Amino acid sequence: MRDIYDIIIIGGGVVGCMTARQLSRYQLKVLLIEKEADIGMGPSSANSAIVHAGHDPIPGSLKAEMNSRANPMWDQVAAELGIAFERSGSYIVAVGAEERAKLDDLYARGQQNGVPGMEILSAEETLRREPQLSPEVSGALWLPTAGLVDTFGAVIAAAENALQNGVKLLLETEFQDFIMDGRRIVGVRTNRGDFGCRWVVNAAGLFSDAVMHKAGVRPDFKITPRRGEYCVLDRAEFTTRSVYFPVPGAATKGILVLNTVHGNTIIGPDSQTVATREDDEITPAGMAEIWRGAGKLIPSVNPRHVIATFAGLRATGNAHSPNPALNYDHDFVIEIPREVDGLVNLGGIESPGLTAAPAIAERVADLLRDAGEPLPEKPAWNPIRPTRPVFHKLSRAEQAALIARDPRYGRMVCRCELVTEGEIVAEIHGPIPALTYDALKRRTWLGTGRCLGSFDLPRVVELLAQETGRSPLEVTKRGAGSEFLFRQTKTVGEREG
Amino acid sequence: MMKSLYDVIVIGAGPGGLAAAIAAKQNGAADVLMIDRDLELGGILLQCIHNGFGVEIFKQDLPGPGYAQRFIDQALGLNIEYLLDTMVLDVIPPAAPDEHHRIYAMSKRTGLIDVQARAVVLAMGCRERTRAQIRLPGSRPAGVYTAGTAQRWVNVEGYMPGKEFVILGSGDIGMIMARRLTLEGAHVNRVLEIMPYLTGLTRNYVQCLLDYDIPLHLRHTIKRIIGRKRVEAVETVLVDERWNPVPGSEEVVPCDTLLLSVGLIPENELSRKAGVKVDPVTGGPVVDDGFQTSVPGIFAAGNVVHVYDLVDWVTEAGLQAGKWAARYALGLSTAAGRVPLKAGENVRYVVPHVINPAALANESIRLQFRITQPIEQPVMIEVRDGEKVIARKGEPYARPGEMVNVTLAPKHYDDVQKASALTVSVVKR
Repeated sequence: MRDIYDIIIIGGGVVGCMTARQLSRYQLKVLLIEKEADIGMGPSSANSAIVHAGHDPIPGSLKAEMNSRANPMWDQVAAELGIAFERSGSYIVAVGAEERAKLDDLYARGQQNGVPGMEILSAEETLRREPQLSPEVSGALWLPTAGLVDTFGAVIAAAENALQNGVKLLLETEFQDFIMDGRRIVGVRTNRGDFGCRWVVNAAGLFSDAVMHKAGVRPDFKITPRRGEYCVLDRAEFTTRSVYFPVPGAATKGILVLNTVHGNTIIGPDSQTVATREDDEITPAGMAEIWRGAGKLIPSVNPRHVIATFAGLRATGNAHSPNPALNYDHDFVIEIPREVDGLVNLGGIESPGLTAAPAIAERVADLLRDAGEPLPEKPAWNPIRPTRPVFHKLSRAEQAALIARDPRYGRMVCRCELVTEGEIVAEIHGPIPALTYDALKRRTWLGTGRCLGSFDLPRVVELLAQETGRSPLEVTKRGAGSEFLFRQTKTVGEREG
Repeated sequence: MMKSLYDVIVIGAGPGGLAAAIAAKQNGAADVLMIDRDLELGGILLQCIHNGFGVEIFKQDLPGPGYAQRFIDQALGLNIEYLLDTMVLDVIPPAAPDEHHRIYAMSKRTGLIDVQARAVVLAMGCRERTRAQIRLPGSRPAGVYTAGTAQRWVNVEGYMPGKEFVILGSGDIGMIMARRLTLEGAHVNRVLEIMPYLTGLTRNYVQCLLDYDIPLHLRHTIKRIIGRKRVEAVETVLVDERWNPVPGSEEVVPCDTLLLSVGLIPENELSRKAGVKVDPVTGGPVVDDGFQTSVPGIFAAGNVVHVYDLVDWVTEAGLQAGKWAARYALGLSTAAGRVPLKAGENVRYVVPHVINPAALANESIRLQFRITQPIEQPVMIEVRDGEKVIARKGEPYARPGEMVNVTLAPKHYDDVQKASALTVSVVKR
């Protein structure tokens, strides 16, 4: 066994990273392992990027409890981590008389979940506030506590803050099995060797079922990946202010239209059960469905304004709610299971998982305390993550000063999202080095604009190569196997390498 | 040493910008500055190492860099100033009549630049449409590139982005890249075009595809991109008259790279921020016959206005814009256009959008436009005032891939003077 840790967290999504940050408060030796080339590459980077008010989960469920607990935490979390967060509020928009009647039920559900400040608005008031909405609108439920968050930033900043406070991160490190001593977990086996530990936190998201099954826990638990497709619209062509939900159907919150912290409107997601946990494809049927749904709420959305499409998978579980009063089979799993010692088991963390992540992280600490871990705090724990300059957000004077300090901030590499060479280099050498194109994209938002990276890509490949001492042939989109280039055309002496 | 005020500042030093700067200088603007974000003058021409440039203007068939060099030499000979590796962040029109246009730019070498101009020429060119804009289905692996990005890699950086290619779109860059990649040892399996006709120039079809035995599949598109980390294959499909996939026509074509040549869009982020009115059809500024935009003193030249098929026309437009920008800077011309031009039968749009009849007193105005669908028979191009035909010109055919033009000459001065609007149509003969 190479190293011994107090706790190993499996999975660098938002739940794993927020948990790592939470545990970095305490005098513990913590290791976070992630199988991909960067953190936050799964569902945490492809979702609606909303901090939900908490109106939707079934009252009494863990989802409802975690959502309601976490929502008020986000102002502080975002401020400490230095990530974009905006309390935009959200609307559930009713179209037609039948849907209007359902707003009362949703209001009642929200009250049961303790959602503050809700208001049912008349059709007139809804349209007065939000004139983009369909003239067919019959009313809306206003949820002032909902918010927009930088979902990439949340994962990365939480992990950086965890690292800053002593957590160790290993990328491209894939969990293979538990190492057991009787019924006690004493380590994990990975593609990079064995690591000893006293506790494991299963934050494996889409693969959480496979991980718990290796420990013999919940053999019937199964993740059924459900794909959601999205379109991103050009903010120069179309903008919205808030989050607009339809009156929900049975399984999902429906197709929404919403603003993002970057000012681009997103529409989506549909909900499609898919066969594999890698199937994040865009489909004509999915696209057609989200445009139908979005057009019902805001008729002026136009497919001509699409600048990006993406899809994400929801890690839908089949766990019965721990609340015996509920007949609900898709609740979160947040537990210390009885079958083994040394496992904090998280599973089925789909929406509102991003919202709930800070509360889930706290709950993990509570469970450990309940299990007898004293969790003494580190006196030097620092919750503030140092941020790096974001050029386009600075005033002209600050920009001038920054370029004077480091001229690399004077070269624009991504012309649409206005990302400079200085910012890219800072991320390549950042606390969690961004060594792939997509890792840079999640940190700086380069290549997410209207040219979708066709301008910056050759320049970024060159920068990545130059800064890491590699050949451009070795630079990848998201890890081994996703190289951009195959060979040189003709080798001319001075260009060699 | 940079000045704080220029007569004319040109944003972009590709063919449109170079021509504009040269014409501005030749028409009396004493201080002219070009700003370009790339490391060298010449714009995208520098990666266009194929021939086909200059046939109209020089009656010579030049490669892109050679064509550019002629104008670079001329600009340098005229002592036109330029800034390279410099990005313009904002163009701010004057708030009061005694003020000037203000331009913020930046570079590694100079830091932030705050400079003023009496007149500005926008010459930022265009960018390529992406897979998102055509909402291409499937996975999102490495190996899906716009043709222009691949062109930069191959011709400028010296790297091959793949071995086995499929190209979507029969635009000119796609066909030229099909040939280029073949010459560099790659295999281009096929070029797909969703329309029932070629969207690029016929000469490129002959010289780049036919001559290299690269199949063109019309009415075909991509149903699905396959491959998680890197492209592994694409599923192609035939489409019907309404662009719906024909069931059963799917074919999985193994490849490692998909190039997109699915259209170009004028690049007008700066224009919009400056308050310039943009035509939703062309994607470029609304301009008059001197290429002045809706903001007085801001002119636009070349592909930033609408996408040309020949660089020669870009140069011609740049020369016009530069000349009128100089006149504006010198206070010689403030007359705004008056007669609007409308797209009539079979015509998608017309540039310029509006003309000043007075200009016809001593010079001609070239009207340029694209048509909506191919007409493979002799056509008549007509400029009408209501029912009255003012100018007409015959062509053997008209195709959307090839820009159509017709010229109004001083002899049309009286007719245009009387018109409240002109309509341009293409009718079968």
